Amino acid sequence: MSKVNAILQGTLNWVDERFPLTSNWKAHLSEYYAPKNFNFWYFFGSLAMLVLVLQIVTGILLTMHFKPDASLNASGVPVAFASVEYIMRDVPWGWMIRYMHSTGASAFFVVVYMHMFRGMLYGSYRKPRELIWIFGMIIFLCLMAEAFFGYLLPWGQMSFWGAQVIVNLFSAIPLIGPDLSLWLRGDYVVGDATLNRFFAFHVIAVPMVLLGLVAAHIIALHEVGSNNPDGVEIKKKKDANGIPLDGIPFHPYYSVKDIVGVIVFLMVFSIVVFFMPEFGGYFLEYNNFFPADPLVTPPHIAPVWYFTPYYSILRAVTYPLFGIDAKFWGVVAMGASTLIIALLPWLDRSPVKSIRYRGPLYKGFLAAFIISFFILGYLGMLGPTPMRTIVAQICSVIYFAFFLLMPIYSSLDKCQPEPDRVTSK
Amino acid sequence: MSCDDTVDCGRRRLLVATAAAGGVAGVAVAVPFVASMLPSERAKAAGAPVEVDISKLAPGEMMTVEWRGKPVWIINRTKEQLAGLAKIGEKLADPKSDKNMQPEYAKNETRSIKPEILVAVGICTHLGCSPSEKFKTGAESGIDADWPGGFFCPCHGSTFDLAGRVYKSKPAPDNLEIPPHMYLGDARIVIGEDKKA
Amino acid sequence: MKKFLSAILFAPILAFAAGAELHLDRAPDRANDMAGLQNGAKIFVNYCLNCHSASYMRYNRLKDIGLSDVQVKDNLLFTAEKVGEPMKIAMQRADAKVWFGAAPPDLTVIARARASEFGSGADWLYTYLRTFYRDENRPTGWNNVVFENVGMPHVLWELQGDQVMGADHKLKLVKAGKLKPQEFDAMVGDLVGYLKYMGEPMAEFRKQLGVIVLIFLAVFFVFAYALKREYWKDIH
Repeated sequence: MSKVNAILQGTLNWVDERFPLTSNWKAHLSEYYAPKNFNFWYFFGSLAMLVLVLQIVTGILLTMHFKPDASLNASGVPVAFASVEYIMRDVPWGWMIRYMHSTGASAFFVVVYMHMFRGMLYGSYRKPRELIWIFGMIIFLCLMAEAFFGYLLPWGQMSFWGAQVIVNLFSAIPLIGPDLSLWLRGDYVVGDATLNRFFAFHVIAVPMVLLGLVAAHIIALHEVGSNNPDGVEIKKKKDANGIPLDGIPFHPYYSVKDIVGVIVFLMVFSIVVFFMPEFGGYFLEYNNFFPADPLVTPPHIAPVWYFTPYYSILRAVTYPLFGIDAKFWGVVAMGASTLIIALLPWLDRSPVKSIRYRGPLYKGFLAAFIISFFILGYLGMLGPTPMRTIVAQICSVIYFAFFLLMPIYSSLDKCQPEPDRVTSK
Repeated sequence: MSCDDTVDCGRRRLLVATAAAGGVAGVAVAVPFVASMLPSERAKAAGAPVEVDISKLAPGEMMTVEWRGKPVWIINRTKEQLAGLAKIGEKLADPKSDKNMQPEYAKNETRSIKPEILVAVGICTHLGCSPSEKFKTGAESGIDADWPGGFFCPCHGSTFDLAGRVYKSKPAPDNLEIPPHMYLGDARIVIGEDKKA
Repeated sequence: MKKFLSAILFAPILAFAAGAELHLDRAPDRANDMAGLQNGAKIFVNYCLNCHSASYMRYNRLKDIGLSDVQVKDNLLFTAEKVGEPMKIAMQRADAKVWFGAAPPDLTVIARARASEFGSGADWLYTYLRTFYRDENRPTGWNNVVFENVGMPHVLWELQGDQVMGADHKLKLVKAGKLKPQEFDAMVGDLVGYLKYMGEPMAEFRKQLGVIVLIFLAVFFVFAYALKREYWKDIH
């Protein structure tokens, strides 16, 4: 046994002289001190990593069988659509890999939305973590792009018309709009050229950017250290060895804890993959089992659930402004609704970070924001009616008010004092 | 390792159990992922056995059919050609076909079920080129003055006789592969399937 | 504020108020009824597979529903030579478009595509195939309750008989077919059961595997949770 240990130690030394393996292991895992009071909300960061890995692995395997080709085969079915069914039926275990990938897309957004909400609850975006937040927001935007590009690939009716609508959004931009959307499509309609380039974006370009950003996100996090549910800096109180009093090594404490979180996540994930892969038409839309038909728009066309809040905001803008029509301002509002989240570090003027010590004003605004977000998401799945448009308009106003009024209400709020040290519950 | 003050046995047992479960999970995920790269149902359907009618194949002629995307030669050898097979034994690498490149029923002098009909996969056992037919004998073949007829691989010069046996001192290590096949009546061959029992 | 609150409270109700209701009959469950599924496969091959392809469905896949290669070859293999081939058809799409106004769609995944908030795809198909009625204004002489002005004629009319639309918007059988109404419904049930199976042939296996996966994860959870407790017992 000691001989084996000696050989292992020797190998490790050999590597360490050439590559900082041990020092990286220590810096990021065994001697990365995380606050000891992480709660439920802190599972979602590592779960996002897990889903990213799952999406990449299943995605690579799908790429081996998928064909980004919009031409019709002998049976009159687009080759891309047929290749997805080929994966579902003819490729050994292809169905499971495909369902993991399609479920993974939705799971990614569930996990990332929870992760972002955690940041809002506990003020994780506040100084000195602004850059972590910015990197995270760019990851979120990339993720939306990735999902959008990927959604075209099965080349079903919803894929086609979803891409058609979103690409046409760009045509609302004055002067360059129409040329821009033509350039994006590479054709006068969403066609084979569009499918092929979306494939390239989905499997190469965006994932590469995404991986780089995830690395930056984690490097920045490990530079400043993790926030916690109390929103107090554990680095302010250190012991004689310079170790934060309220910090515990990420490994083994949070690695064993995260395994539990991963298993619970995998249970939920498996229930969807194995028992309800369509998830009632929300994860795989029913109309997407019809091959793309450029001549017939499905009666109900809605984006996948994770885009619907922004889609609602887009539709809620019905007034022209400054002589430019409402379509343009809808696009602006939709873009702003995703970008404004990145400004949180500079909008929040509260003396405390965590919701635990914030006053009623902030809590009220946050609650209204979350409720509006859900209503917007819900309305985005439905067709528009005059009443729904009014509701969407009200919710859009609340959505933006939460951000734009934050400098005022967050500084006026009656906060409780933060504790010196993290609390155990 | 025994339990003492430095080793916590309860913790160790849990670590081993969790690591084992994690290992099982990893393997259980890896198996379908790896298996997804095996031939699909489409490939298997395309690789299904092929039926060939050889009633019009005259002595001395050869036909090529496709099976699993590979050329399969069917050669109707003449009496003289068959007689020639026995004479060149010492020039061949494996004249008795001892290496397992054929089903049991084709392990004989002519490497075939019926002596005159050879069924062989026309892929050189060196690096996978398809050899060309050189049935003309002697200098006319362009190979050798006493060439008795056979096959010549254009990639690296390996030569095979009319039973698909490889000549000595050539890059190809083995005789040509004989695929599983069987006769349905006199003139119909099924390639890719045989009666095992 | 009041308007906002009422808007929030009533949003879900509003949502369902709009849009036409589509009433669908519930399709019988044939998921584990091998005889029914086999009968459905036979009906599909005999009545549908002339105009509609099922081009992702291989004949030999029917082993899922208990049909051997030999049985498939002897009874069902009309449009292909080998049991490994998919269910394609000989009809040219261009011809079909001239004859029916639209090329008949591939039916492999039709039972998934036809699902909606009103019911499963099987429900839609089960209702659709039983609600053809005589309509002299249509080129085929047939119309349909759930698919208005459908291009497809009533292929199963000899079996079902003739229905007409009454003034009360209810269908009436005016001329009996070869099958009694209950027999016809059961037959369509078999056919729809088969279409549902064909839409996702691995569905039953998927659920069985899911049970195993969840049991395994539950065991894994017990170990991992105990390990976490073990490590965290000294953190206060």
